[in-house]
Amino acid sequence: MRDVVVLGVGATAFTSQTPEVNWKELMYEAAVKAYADAQIDPRRDVDSFITCAEDFWEGFSIFDEFTPDQLGAVLRPMMTVCGDGLQGLANAYMQIKTGLFNIVVVEAHSKISELLTYEHVVEMAYDPIYERPLSAERNVHPYYVAGLEMNLYLHATGTTEEQCALVAVQNRRQALNNPRAPYGARLGLQEIFHSGYAFTPLKKWEIASRADGCIVFVLAAAELARRLTKKPLVYVEGIGWSSESPWIAARSADAGYARRAAQMAYRQAGITNPRRQIDVIEVEDRFAFKELQHLEALGFARPGEAGWLMQAGAIGPEGELKVNLSGGSLGCGDLIEASALQRALEIVLQLRGEAGARQVPNARVGVAQSWRGLPHGTGAVAVFARRD
Amino acid sequence: MAKKHELFGPPLNPLGTRLEAEDMEKIAHVRAKPNAKYAWAAGAAISRFLEELKNGRIIGRKCARCERVLVPPRMFCERCFQPTTEWVYLPGTGVVETFSISYIDQNANRVKEPILVGVVAFDGAPPHCGIMHYFGEVKPEELKIGMPVEPVWKPAEERVGSVLDIKYFRPRKK
Ligand SMILES: [Zn+2]
Repeated sequence: MRDVVVLGVGATAFTSQTPEVNWKELMYEAAVKAYADAQIDPRRDVDSFITCAEDFWEGFSIFDEFTPDQLGAVLRPMMTVCGDGLQGLANAYMQIKTGLFNIVVVEAHSKISELLTYEHVVEMAYDPIYERPLSAERNVHPYYVAGLEMNLYLHATGTTEEQCALVAVQNRRQALNNPRAPYGARLGLQEIFHSGYAFTPLKKWEIASRADGCIVFVLAAAELARRLTKKPLVYVEGIGWSSESPWIAARSADAGYARRAAQMAYRQAGITNPRRQIDVIEVEDRFAFKELQHLEALGFARPGEAGWLMQAGAIGPEGELKVNLSGGSLGCGDLIEASALQRALEIVLQLRGEAGARQVPNARVGVAQSWRGLPHGTGAVAVFARRD
Repeated sequence: MAKKHELFGPPLNPLGTRLEAEDMEKIAHVRAKPNAKYAWAAGAAISRFLEELKNGRIIGRKCARCERVLVPPRMFCERCFQPTTEWVYLPGTGVVETFSISYIDQNANRVKEPILVGVVAFDGAPPHCGIMHYFGEVKPEELKIGMPVEPVWKPAEERVGSVLDIKYFRPRKK
C-alpha cells in the first residue's frame, strides 16, 4: 500500500485565553499556516478535511457543521472525529492509504477558556447511572480519579512521589525553550511539593493548566508529496489506538490503552526495540505521573523503572530518552483534543530539524502518544520517521 | 417471500405486554441536570459588526478576490479562502430574499399572531450575503420575495450591540 507523509503543519500560539478571536478565526490562523507550509491551496488541492471535536467542549450541537469555512472546506468532503487529534490523523491516514484521497487535512483545537463550567462538563463524562450521583453527592472535583490512578500506579510500581514531581519540574522548565508554550517556569521540587495535594498523592502543580490553541496537519500520499515540496518528508510509519473499559473501578495501573495502541503502531512501523529505535518521544503528561506510566506502557522502561530513570537524569533533554522536549501538556497547556496534535507537531518539527532551542541532533524516528484525559482510558500512538 | 418468513417468523407477542402505572414505577431512573455554561468570543469581525449596530449602522467586510461584501462580516472569505480586506458601510436597506410565516412557537404551541422571519439581502452587497431577521409593519399576505425593506432600529439609548438592536425590517416606502 502507498505511504503517507506529513506535507505541512501549522499552529497558533497556545495561551490561557483567546478573547480576541472566535473559534473560526483561531482555526483559520492555524490552517493558513499549515497550507503555506505545505505550499498548497485548500480550495484546489485538498481532497478531504477532518476536525477533532466534541460538542460539549464547544457548547453547541453538531460542531462539524461549523468547520468548513475556516479550513477552506466548503462543499468538500468534511467530517468530525469525536476524538483527539491522533485519532483524526488515523482517519486521514486510512483515507490516503486506501487510495480514496491524496491530500487530507486534520484539524484539532481548544477553545476551552470559553467553557465556564469545565469541571461540571468533565463530570458529565462520568457514567451517569452509577458514577455521577457519587460525584454530585459531595460536590467533588472530577479529577479525583487522577488521584486514584496515581495512587494505584505508585503502589503497583514502587514509583515515588518525588519521581513524579520531577516530571513537573522538568516539563515546565523545558517549556521555556518552546515559544508556543505558555506555562514555562523554573520551579524546584520543593515548590511542587509546596503547591499542596489536590487529590493525594497528586499535587496541584503536577496538573496541567488548560490552554487555547489550534493545530492543523496536511497529510499526503508520499509519491505525490515528493513532487509538491522540497522540504524533508516525515513519514507516518504507524498509527494505533485503543480504549479501556469506562468503568473507573476496573482501571489497571499500567495504562493498558497506551500499551495496546503502541503495539498496533509499532507493528506497522516495524519497531521492536523502541528504546533503541526511537530518537524523540512525546507522551501525554496532563498529570505528571502519567508521563512515567505512559513511558512504561510504550516500552521505554519496564514497570517501575521510569521513575528511576527520571531521577537518574536519563529522561529529558540531557538524557538518553528525549521525552517531552516541547514541555508536554504541563508546559504547553492541556489543549483538550488538540493535545494529541501538539505531541505530533513536536515530533514533526524535531524530525525536520525545525525545533529550535530544543532540537535533538539527527532525530530520525519519533513517537507521539495521546490520552483523551479523564475519566476515560482512550489513547493513540503514532510513529513518524525520516527516510531520506 | 417464503424465505423471509423462515428468517423472521411471525411476531412472537403481537398484542404487546400490558403495563399498568405501578409497573412503570418499578423502572429505575437516574435524573440529572447538566451544568454547562459558555461565553463565546464574538471574534474580530462580528465584534465590530455588533459595535456598529449600537451606532445604528450595518457594516460588512469585502473580499478583494470575489468582491462579495459579507454581512455579518467575516475576517476571511470562505469561497476564496482569502482574508477579507476592507470594511464597507451599507445603507441598511435591502430586499426580502426569503421568508416564512411561522405559526408555531418554541414550545410547539400554535400562535395567534404569526411570526414573520426571513433573510434580507442588503443593497450594496450581492445575494446570499445578508442576514436573518424579523419582518414587521406588514401583513403576512403582503410579504413577498424581492420586496424592498428597511431596518427599524431600537432607540439609540436602548441599543446594546446585539442583532436585536434592529427590531425588524419593514416594507420601504416609495
Ligand atoms: Zn471571496
